[in-house]
Amino acid sequence: MQTILSVATDAFAYGMVLFIISIGLSMTMGLMRVVNLAHGAFAMIGGYIASYVARDLGWGYAPAIVLAVAGTILLCAPLERFLYRRIYGKPELLQVLLTIGITFCVIGITNYFFGPTLKTIPLPSVLAQPVDIGFRTLAGHRIFVIACGIAVAAALWFLIERTAFGIKLRATVDNAAMTDALGVRTPTIYAVAFSIAVGLAAFGGVIGAEFLPVEPYYALRYMVLFLVVVTVGGAGSILGTVVACLALGAIDTVGRYLMPEFGNFFFYAAVIAIVSAFPRGFFGRAQ
Amino acid sequence: MNVRKLLGAALGALLLGSGAAAADTVKVGIIGPFSGPFALQGKNFQAGVEAYMALNGKTVKGNDVEVIYRDLPAANPAQARALAQELVVKDKVQYLGGVYFTPDAMAITPLLEQANTPLVIFNAATSAIMKTSPLVVRTSFTTAQTTTPLGKVVIDNGVKKVISVVSDYGPGIDAEGAFKKAFEAAGGQVVDAIRMPMNTNDFSPIMQRVKDSGAEAVFAFLPSGPTTLGFVKAFNETGLKKAGTKLFAPGDLTQESDLPALGDAAAGMLTTFHYAVSHDSPENKTFVEAASKAIGNPAELSFPSVGAFDGMHVIYKMIEATEGKQDAAKAVDAVKGLSWTSPRGPVSIDADTRHITENIYLREVTKQADGTYINKEIQTFENQKDPGLAAK
Repeated sequence: MQTILSVATDAFAYGMVLFIISIGLSMTMGLMRVVNLAHGAFAMIGGYIASYVARDLGWGYAPAIVLAVAGTILLCAPLERFLYRRIYGKPELLQVLLTIGITFCVIGITNYFFGPTLKTIPLPSVLAQPVDIGFRTLAGHRIFVIACGIAVAAALWFLIERTAFGIKLRATVDNAAMTDALGVRTPTIYAVAFSIAVGLAAFGGVIGAEFLPVEPYYALRYMVLFLVVVTVGGAGSILGTVVACLALGAIDTVGRYLMPEFGNFFFYAAVIAIVSAFPRGFFGRAQ
Repeated sequence: MNVRKLLGAALGALLLGSGAAAADTVKVGIIGPFSGPFALQGKNFQAGVEAYMALNGKTVKGNDVEVIYRDLPAANPAQARALAQELVVKDKVQYLGGVYFTPDAMAITPLLEQANTPLVIFNAATSAIMKTSPLVVRTSFTTAQTTTPLGKVVIDNGVKKVISVVSDYGPGIDAEGAFKKAFEAAGGQVVDAIRMPMNTNDFSPIMQRVKDSGAEAVFAFLPSGPTTLGFVKAFNETGLKKAGTKLFAPGDLTQESDLPALGDAAAGMLTTFHYAVSHDSPENKTFVEAASKAIGNPAELSFPSVGAFDGMHVIYKMIEATEGKQDAAKAVDAVKGLSWTSPRGPVSIDADTRHITENIYLREVTKQADGTYINKEIQTFENQKDPGLAAK
């Protein structure tokens, strides 16, 4: 019984990590209709900034998160203005080519400036300690990640479903020409939405660095995982991404516990089954 | 930086190519991962080679030595073979060196006899490579060689029951086999052997298995880099370290370039390996100084550099024996039984296997006064041959 509880906790924690890193991608792919293969690169930039601030400058974890998110948004704003703006609404192949190119550039640049070694983001002592949760100990930062995941999900839901900006964003996605005609500045809406997605990527990159350590090939190494989560959840759906992450996290964790020698068999078998049953993902909208 | 050096080397080769016949230039082709995810290992190859040439000069018995680097970013046998062929046919190299991955080495060895070219392997660590051609010499290590002494170490630490946890790929399975054999011969018991998929990101379920198995210690083997960091962190966070479970591994896991990131998480971890950058000897001091200068950032220096350094030593001895003439068989014969003092300690080339015989050290990850971490050598197993070859 204790083992079951323990594995369930691990599964939940892993699911939330997946969520926090993938939700930004779900937003770009679902709400902005851009297949953004540079999502991992953005997350990695956040990780590098945080590592520099927290480790090399020694300013602490909280400033590292804030500066990483702000810095990544600033760095990526010109990308949106000059590159991404050209591919909104264009065929997927164009988007894939451009964004994978950006990814390779980012890998090369970080490799040149920071070298190929692993970078860590030192945690504050509160988060670094294992916390006793009754039947077992759980790493403090995992609890932090779970809390962040819930907070991000709630905030995003509120932003998209309950604010004026959310209404304009949804309108822009559904019919940009008509929204434009109604007097909404669609380029601004896109730029803000893009910034939010980039900020979420950076946030996930920093918070998730304990699981997916920051190094130059981060940008490619975990991209398939992020895409799988978004596909299973249904692009653009917050609830879908949450459900997908928890389901995939559970399948992966239990599979690895019971039969590690099967490798990723259960994970991908589940993905195939889910995508066959729900071609648009759990809560994907009809296009 | 790398590209510039490569270009420089290529240009140098071209310029010298015209006058080669007169000046007796001996060319050495080095194949390694100089770009891509394993660029750090390639950089270490280059640092080792440059350090050797800086310390021992660029001429052997009046023959200029010219090194040509070729980039092979990831394990790719077909490309490895093509690069080796190009080096032999177009660049007319007399010696091949380098090679980080086993499959690449296996693809190159069938060419050697016809090319009349010896291959000195700086890293690729599978025992079987040595059987594929009589013209291969190796100056690195094998997984079985570095793992076997660990069997006794674990028993000496008062541990009888161990769970083996390895990544599910060639070297991982080699390590599992070698450890099991050595540990059971010493009277221990491997209670369970887990093979983890290569792209595991979350190791908590594995740690749960470890906990459930009732083992007193874990034997682990993973590729160095992000996975090792995740593994060691999960080991600490799930409370296994606190509960007194010990963690043993071959030194691949705690290579120096990963130590700053592993840091406190790995402190106290016991590993066995053939080389620690902190090895205390005058030879190593000279080497580290020269290699640090070559690599630029001393923190990036790790074991492939010493394989390359000693590899160049072997190649220099071969050039000496053949007086700059191309004669692969004579060159290889000349280094059989060769012994010298390497930065890692006393070593020799085994006359039968052409693999290096060396000391294996037991090391503990230790924090130094200045806050950095090193692999501190605490026990020496002298003159270890490759048990992997003897077994087959």
